[in-house]
Amino acid sequence: MKKLVLISGLFLIVISATAQKKSTKIEFEVAGVCVMCKERIEKAALTTKGVKYANWNIQTHMLSLIVDERKTSTKKVQQNIAAVGHSTKEVEAPIEAYNNLDPCCKYNDEEVVKDHNKNE
Amino acid sequence: MKSKIIFIIFTFLPILLFAQDTLKGMITVQEDEKISILVGATVYWLNTNTGTSTNEKGRFTIAYKPEYKKLVISYIGYGTDTVDINSNRELRHLLSEGNELGEVNINTRKKTRFVSVLSVANVSKISSDELLKAACCNLSESFATNPSVDVSFSDAVTGTKQIQMLGLNSPYILITQENIPTVRGASQAYGLTFTPGTWVESIQITKGAGSVVNGYESIAGQINAELVKPLTDNKLFVNLYGSGNGRIEFNTHINQKLSDKWSTGLYIHGNNRSKKIDNNDDNFLDVPLAKQINLLNRWQYQNTEKGWVSFINFRYLNDEKQVGEINFDTKKDKLTTNAWGGKINTNRFDTSVKLGYVFPETPYQSFGLQTAYSNHKQDSYYGLRIYDIEHNSIYSSLLFNSIIGDTRSKFKTGLTFTYDGYKELINTTNYDRIENSIGGFFEYSFDNLDNFSLVAGIRADQHNKLGVFITPRLHLRYVPWGKSVFRASIGRGKRSANIFAENQQLFASNRKINVFDEGGKIYGLDPEIAWNYGVSFLQGFNLFEKEGDIIFDFYRTNFINQIVVDWETPQEILFYNLDGKSYANSFQTELNYNVLEYVDLRLSYKYYDVKTDYNSSSLSKPLIPKHRFFANVGIKTVEHNNSFWKFDVTYNWVGEQRFPSTITNPIEYQKSEYGKAINLLNAQVTKVFSSKFEIYFGGENITNTTQKNPIISADDPFGEYFDSTLIYAPIHGSSYYAGLRFKLK
Repeated sequence: MKKLVLISGLFLIVISATAQKKSTKIEFEVAGVCVMCKERIEKAALTTKGVKYANWNIQTHMLSLIVDERKTSTKKVQQNIAAVGHSTKEVEAPIEAYNNLDPCCKYNDEEVVKDHNKNE
Repeated sequence: MKSKIIFIIFTFLPILLFAQDTLKGMITVQEDEKISILVGATVYWLNTNTGTSTNEKGRFTIAYKPEYKKLVISYIGYGTDTVDINSNRELRHLLSEGNELGEVNINTRKKTRFVSVLSVANVSKISSDELLKAACCNLSESFATNPSVDVSFSDAVTGTKQIQMLGLNSPYILITQENIPTVRGASQAYGLTFTPGTWVESIQITKGAGSVVNGYESIAGQINAELVKPLTDNKLFVNLYGSGNGRIEFNTHINQKLSDKWSTGLYIHGNNRSKKIDNNDDNFLDVPLAKQINLLNRWQYQNTEKGWVSFINFRYLNDEKQVGEINFDTKKDKLTTNAWGGKINTNRFDTSVKLGYVFPETPYQSFGLQTAYSNHKQDSYYGLRIYDIEHNSIYSSLLFNSIIGDTRSKFKTGLTFTYDGYKELINTTNYDRIENSIGGFFEYSFDNLDNFSLVAGIRADQHNKLGVFITPRLHLRYVPWGKSVFRASIGRGKRSANIFAENQQLFASNRKINVFDEGGKIYGLDPEIAWNYGVSFLQGFNLFEKEGDIIFDFYRTNFINQIVVDWETPQEILFYNLDGKSYANSFQTELNYNVLEYVDLRLSYKYYDVKTDYNSSSLSKPLIPKHRFFANVGIKTVEHNNSFWKFDVTYNWVGEQRFPSTITNPIEYQKSEYGKAINLLNAQVTKVFSSKFEIYFGGENITNTTQKNPIISADDPFGEYFDSTLIYAPIHGSSYYAGLRFKLK
């Protein structure tokens, strides 16, 4: 029983140590409209070195990230997201990348956005 | 603790569509922070007969008319969304999470059982709807419509149903209730009958090695039952059931929300069978007399803001069974030779606490703590044999979830502590013992967010009887092309065999028990160790515009050591360590096809090759059929005002089964080498009147297949040849039942 208490104690120390590892919350807007956009944006964010967690909100268009600031910067993430076709205020997506998006993801097309808002 | 955060967001974005008269779309869900496509979601136009379900890519195509305005999308375990449609532009819809899981009103056609496309392990899930297909009555009867689990009869006296997976008996399956191991130790033989069916919300069946998180014991697979939860279950639920074979059951659930954080539920089950039935005139009860009272009280705490969740459970059970000759009187004839009879009296108390916490700042990190205590006391006698067992058990585990780098790489790590104290008495011999273990585990999972994922786990345990040992497990998932999934798994399992508790059916015979003491630590025997390997392939298809899938599974279990239960000598039952080889090969193929709009078909063929080196020779395991065929058809009629019919038919063909040798018995007590192949047919009809009320009726074993003279030497039960264990077919012929369900949200 003593052993159990000891090991459990050690275990909790490990947990709090991991939990306190350097991580910063970042939030910024990313242009996009649908679930497919969400998947694409999050994948692009997550595959950026130093990004631990990514969640893009379809309604607010806000991307929440938890990153290790020593390894990455907001700019780097935004560049990677732009490369797959999604613009941010700071980094515009290249036109070829935007054109490659699925028809439903064309966030610059007023028709598409209007349809989306209407249905919502 | 499993943390499952599902956000309620939805969006839909129509785009131009090519065809004029159809609406196309895609349905997704958010689970564990990840968007996944939803396979088999139901999509239909409100107040019409036009409906379909989503394919392997989560896509659907449905007939469109301008007058159709409301599209209903639903899926078991999620919400039911009604979407306004103004044109037939492509729809993308993120299905809202069913906050109220119990709200799964049976108002749509759902796929009630499916093999998960997303999970890495070979998991098939059974929803509460599927459970309703088998009207009765407890966990052991919940697998009747699922081909992954086989149900067999253990003996002609107690009538207990045994489950098997991959050709191996239930002791080799880790059976958990909300991830706490439950049906084990003293409750191995009857434990599945101690969980009423209405308490079960869903069942997950994992074939093969399974996860290291729940321990080292699983060898053939894991079965987890999730119970109904106070927050999401019906406010009031009443179920009554009566069967022609004299069985009556009563279930009621009462759930109450106490505050925005606390809810509680009280679940009461009672069953009774007092009618004496002996249709085969062997002077023995065909089914035991039985009584059970089962009470469960659950408390649920949920604080989503702070990230805390908790469950506290209390359960009390009393179960009594009377078996044997019909004129056996428990008062006068107990332990006498007046008449052969027995009584199995079980009292069980369980309590468990679960606590889970998700870090609000880092939602990918969480920890869980679960602790369970149970006291299981069985007092019983079978003829002149006394068997008493008391099992005190503590199970505790601490679990921490986090990521390595980013959320594509996750890990779970933690500690497990177990204590099992047994007091076991057979006639005058005591087998008291204490087992305890402490162990740590680490499980890593990786998902490339595309076509490949893996789960690799390892645990190290120190056990006072099993020693210090390592348990590795590995699962892989790969999507080679569209609509397909390839899986592979390998893992090791180790356990101490509770030879008497697990083989209690042998007490209903006059076989002499003989345990070969080989200096081991458990009954003088060594621990059981086995490796399990498996591959599985699923291919979805679209035939005549209807969805279907076909699955091929192959698994092999290889025992390093096994406690061989040898009943090849008619008057003896021997337990000894394996000397040589023992393996179980299982091949299964399964076809699921949505034949017509409202008709689902499931076909399965299974082949088992289970062989053990006995002391005498190498033999295939007795009473395990080599071939099995399974068919299930489900039909649901069109709905009008929540009212409809459901029809369900299950057919089983079970190939011939080898009897243990009876060659040295007198000729009248001998069995042939093999028991005949049998056909079994069950059917059920449900009429749903409204979302509140439904009735059902059905028949079990409609073809009236029974085994002639199931008990050897039934006329002389105290003679040396008496044996009720050589059973390959039902004892009781056809029986019909009816029941009702009433629920209030």
